Amino acid sequence: MNSRVSTFFKLAVLLGLAGFPFFGSVFYTEVLAKILILAIFAMSLDLLVGFTGLVSFGHAAYFGIAAYMAVLLAPQSEAASLWIILPLAVLCAGIAAFVIGIFVLRTKGIYFIMVTLAFSQMAYFIFHDTKLGGGSDGIYLDYRPDATIAGFTPFDFNQTSHLYFFVLAALVAVYVFLTLLLRSPFGRVLVGIRSNEHRMLSLGYATFRYKLAAFTIAGALAGLAGFLYAVLFGFVTPEYLSWHKSGDVLLMVILGGMGNLAGAVAGAFVLTGLQEVFADWTKHWQLLMGGVIVLAVLFMPGGLAALPGRIVARLRKGENNG
Amino acid sequence: MAEILLKADGLTRHFGGLAANQDVSLSLERGVLHALLGPNGAGKSTCINMLSGDLPPTAGRIHYCSKDITRLSAYQRSRIGIGRSYQRTNIFTQFSALENCRLAAQSRHPRPWRIFTDALSLTDTLERARAALVEAGLGARASVIAGTLSHGEQRQLEIAMVLATDAQVLLLDEPLAGMGSNESAQMVELLNELKKTRAILLVEHDMDAVFAVADRVTVLVNGQVLESGSPEQIRNSAEVQEAYLGVEEAVHV
Repeated sequence: MNSRVSTFFKLAVLLGLAGFPFFGSVFYTEVLAKILILAIFAMSLDLLVGFTGLVSFGHAAYFGIAAYMAVLLAPQSEAASLWIILPLAVLCAGIAAFVIGIFVLRTKGIYFIMVTLAFSQMAYFIFHDTKLGGGSDGIYLDYRPDATIAGFTPFDFNQTSHLYFFVLAALVAVYVFLTLLLRSPFGRVLVGIRSNEHRMLSLGYATFRYKLAAFTIAGALAGLAGFLYAVLFGFVTPEYLSWHKSGDVLLMVILGGMGNLAGAVAGAFVLTGLQEVFADWTKHWQLLMGGVIVLAVLFMPGGLAALPGRIVARLRKGENNG
Repeated sequence: MAEILLKADGLTRHFGGLAANQDVSLSLERGVLHALLGPNGAGKSTCINMLSGDLPPTAGRIHYCSKDITRLSAYQRSRIGIGRSYQRTNIFTQFSALENCRLAAQSRHPRPWRIFTDALSLTDTLERARAALVEAGLGARASVIAGTLSHGEQRQLEIAMVLATDAQVLLLDEPLAGMGSNESAQMVELLNELKKTRAILLVEHDMDAVFAVADRVTVLVNGQVLESGSPEQIRNSAEVQEAYLGVEEAVHV
């Protein structure tokens, strides 16, 4: 697709999202906020899967760790300051990813998938089986973080629309950050590693360090998503770190088209949207979901991101024939 | 005496009970193209893999500019100026020819911390990449996707990438493999040009090409150095004739 058309389309979508709380109900604003958070989560995974060629099947660990930090690091009887607890939660997720990355990045291919899963299961059981995480019931977040800074309160998270706009701003920031990162010398090396890591080594790149940096950044951004998720729903459960969650976000990336940030966002919208619609219809919604995913993988190579280009190509072909 | 850049002493590599290389010594000097010959399975690739750091030797030492580099990994050796090309074309097929060389050039000045700088705005890297493409004869093909280049051009790109890293020692593993006679002639010309300022180790099967460019020849048989000397000496050596050239003839007949 023409890059100008694509930019125009993205801005139109952004405008629509920004206008939504003025027209939509509080319920749907919350649903949309949830989808936007999952879109941040999906973009963070796409940095690994789509751009660096690292298929992590344990990405929910960093999402969940930051979510728990949003609750565990907050004082019991009052709201935490957003400007302290948000960076702390993201930092914790980043440190966890850095430490786990040192181990898992020594493996490749199917083994990488297995050890990322294994580490995320360990994180899951730490919160599930110890007193720290409140067991399988999880913990409630009694007070949403307070955005007051130097006596001035720019927004209030107890108002859904304010929280929604904060999430939207975070989504845009993450999108812009990753776009810049990927065209930088660092990002070019990541894409080179996905294409041919052996050649990158023989060209003189210490690929392990680059992969570790990418893994850490992806973990921290997943942490940002996890933190916002905890704030939005006001509670955390070990399910946030479960392998279902890791699988869901991987599906969003695959459905959206690996290696395309806008695709990851679209994947989050479509997957979550379908889940909501199917769950309304029938309690066997997972069966329908599975069918849709099989069809998408079979008939939509390149995912949603490749769809506009294919439609344009089809139309052009039609014009030529006619 | 010419400047010795890379020196290998007693390189030995065992794969289980098999000695793929046994006590191989050779030196690469600036301005000299050193050819490594030998029948299939003689251990030429094993030797080049040990020199480039892809394979650790079982015994022996490697020195670069009189520093011991035996323990350095492949990426560390690349960084000090040892570049290699591969027998089976090993490029980034989805990237343009220019991006292949740009990545190679970027490795000399990686700047990973500048995460908000467009890589394409770093002109020193871009210029080095362009110069390498021109030097390897691909100046007009910069924007072509590497995977769609002809086989010969992909071999040229392999070499352009090594040049973009500003390597002083070039380890070239069969750069002529699968090339037509026209392309071969061009490559021979390129090699003659490149060796003026660098040290080159050339592993090659094409005898005509080897004798057209080599200043020194080392013949490897069953992992051991059979003979090493000037092309004349090798051409006239009865032992080499018997062990290698003779075998080749026999195969062809």
